[in-house]
Amino acid sequence: MPEVFIAGDHVITSLGFGTSSNLECLYNEVTGIRMVPDGTLLPSPVSASLVDPTVLEEEFLDAMRSFGKDVDPGSFTHLEKLFIVSIFRATCDYPALISDQETLLVLSTTKGNIDLLEPGKRDRFPSDRIFLWQLAKVIQDYFGFIHPPLIISNACISGLVAILTAARYMQAGWFRHAVVSGGDILSEFVVSGFHSFQSLSQKPCRPFDTGRDGLSLGEGAATMVLSTSPLSFPGEISITGSATTNDANHISGPSRTGYELSLAMSRALSEAGLSPGEIGFINAHGTATPFNDEMESKALALAQLLGVPVNSFKGYFGHTLGAAGVVESVLSVHSLLRDRLIRSGGFAALGVPEPISVIDRAESRALRNCLKTASGFGGCNAAIVFQKHGL
Amino acid sequence: MEELIEKLKKEVIQQLNLEDIKPEDIAADSPLFGEGLGLDSIDALELIVLLEKNYGLKIEDPKDGKKIFHSIQSMAEYITANQKA
Amino acid sequence: MKLVIVSYAGITPYGIRINEQSRLPEEKFSTFAPFIKSLYKEEGINYPKFYKMDSLSKLGFLSAEVMMKVVNPALADPEKTGVVLSNAASSLDTDHAHQETIRNRSEYFPSPSVFVYTLPNIMIGEICIRHHLKGENAFLISRNFDSHLLYRYVTGLFQSRRVEACITGWVDLLKDQFRSLLMMVVPAEKAVIAEGRGSWFPFSTKTMDTLFNQT
Repeated sequence: MPEVFIAGDHVITSLGFGTSSNLECLYNEVTGIRMVPDGTLLPSPVSASLVDPTVLEEEFLDAMRSFGKDVDPGSFTHLEKLFIVSIFRATCDYPALISDQETLLVLSTTKGNIDLLEPGKRDRFPSDRIFLWQLAKVIQDYFGFIHPPLIISNACISGLVAILTAARYMQAGWFRHAVVSGGDILSEFVVSGFHSFQSLSQKPCRPFDTGRDGLSLGEGAATMVLSTSPLSFPGEISITGSATTNDANHISGPSRTGYELSLAMSRALSEAGLSPGEIGFINAHGTATPFNDEMESKALALAQLLGVPVNSFKGYFGHTLGAAGVVESVLSVHSLLRDRLIRSGGFAALGVPEPISVIDRAESRALRNCLKTASGFGGCNAAIVFQKHGL
Repeated sequence: MEELIEKLKKEVIQQLNLEDIKPEDIAADSPLFGEGLGLDSIDALELIVLLEKNYGLKIEDPKDGKKIFHSIQSMAEYITANQKA
Repeated sequence: MKLVIVSYAGITPYGIRINEQSRLPEEKFSTFAPFIKSLYKEEGINYPKFYKMDSLSKLGFLSAEVMMKVVNPALADPEKTGVVLSNAASSLDTDHAHQETIRNRSEYFPSPSVFVYTLPNIMIGEICIRHHLKGENAFLISRNFDSHLLYRYVTGLFQSRRVEACITGWVDLLKDQFRSLLMMVVPAEKAVIAEGRGSWFPFSTKTMDTLFNQT
């Protein structure tokens, strides 16, 4: 069975464009979550993590020129620009990969071009642009990917499902490379919905902290390039285990026991041939809602992972929904690569029932692998193991 | 108060999509959550929307919800006490 | 590994088709809501949560309900039963409903019970809750029913031993255009436990296309 290696990546969040700039911010514990005062996302001010639209325009023009395909920027939506920049930057070391017969494009998004439902934007694009398959086609056509993209829309685990699906297809021998890209934009649609759930914090969120009071929403895009050889990416990091499960409990509230998330974790570990004590660190979902973090702590206990350092990145750039699984996996992989544990943003004091080992200060440590998890509306859970084989 | 209670019963049935339930099936002082109608966390949030939409009353702290939404009776009392004339 | 479809069900505006038997609704309805409600009542299901679901989830839930009626619960470990569904419109039908609640700043009442359904995989959650299924799950988007997409995804799950049984299919709805086809897939040697029908369709792209086009 072929091994599936990370061969490239790129991240875009409120912290900036590029994996390095995002990592720098995480090392320096900088948050990109701000008050958005002008009532565009909600009638009242709301705390959120937005990508700088001016920088996006510049990056997009630059990406188009470098890719060699100049098109009217007005013909792409905000989300499409995020995807295009991210995919271009992640694959620019391997231009031939894009039009390779053996390359699969996998896209992850929860709401796609949902902002096109807004009265002001409705007529700017053909009406079928609202469909995720059309969004995917626009991206496929721009780059010239040969096969129709695989499109995952699975709430907050979409990004992880996209990565693990690509890995599994490659392990089955159906493809030799994959470009996995996740993206979501912040819109009134999404913010108003979470607001109706009373689940938003008015400040940058505080995963696992005793003072946590809700999540911070964010937008962004990230791309992970996978290949059956590491190509020019250091560390020989591969995907060695994955699993998804369903709580079968409630469509929005998480399981009260955390059993099903622990099942996903255990299955991923088992596939990777690792025992709980061998895990270097865990990047959890950590949304900072009272119930989610509580559930995750219980899942970690059930999976015997209490002693493993755990963090959440959402205090730095919020919950980026369909992008989250890919954004956070990329940053976890780099954390693993550089033997650097990143402090869990917004954390000061433990506020969950189980004594999980939240990373409360940055630390250098020899790391061989990490576990990435996510959970989402609909009761879904996902877990992936990344293993470092090289130095 | 009686009129408000009857009105509330119909509104709750409608807002929460309790299709097979009739107003006479709901006792004014029966608990809405737990056993009662088997309402869940989303229903609790919907009741907050109902109060705001139909009565202009905003519940600032969701934790107050437990008392206010204990029963139709407690909801009616809250509305009567807080609604501006 | 030979895989078979032990049960399938499809719902279209013309009625239900369950395992080679068609049933037209007792009354003719021109819109989805009364149509699905009447099918629900005809099936004699007692599940009050049904009424809280959005149209898409009602369609998926009911399709799964009738499909699972002939499936022996002992068929597979529910923790190793997967659900892999797909559609074209995602949750757009309910997205419009949510957008409506925020259209007007002076009448601004977003509803959590509407918003929660603005994700297509919620329907998977409803099916899992009803049938206690906890295994692999995924929601895929394709412009049209794509038997190759589902075939590849599902056979991959079986080949890598991640599932012992898998519900898969298509549940699509936008206003009053709707169509579903759900199938329960198991390895052939397990099919004998299912129920005593004696012969089952092979799980293949050809079969899926045939079933989809006939329902």
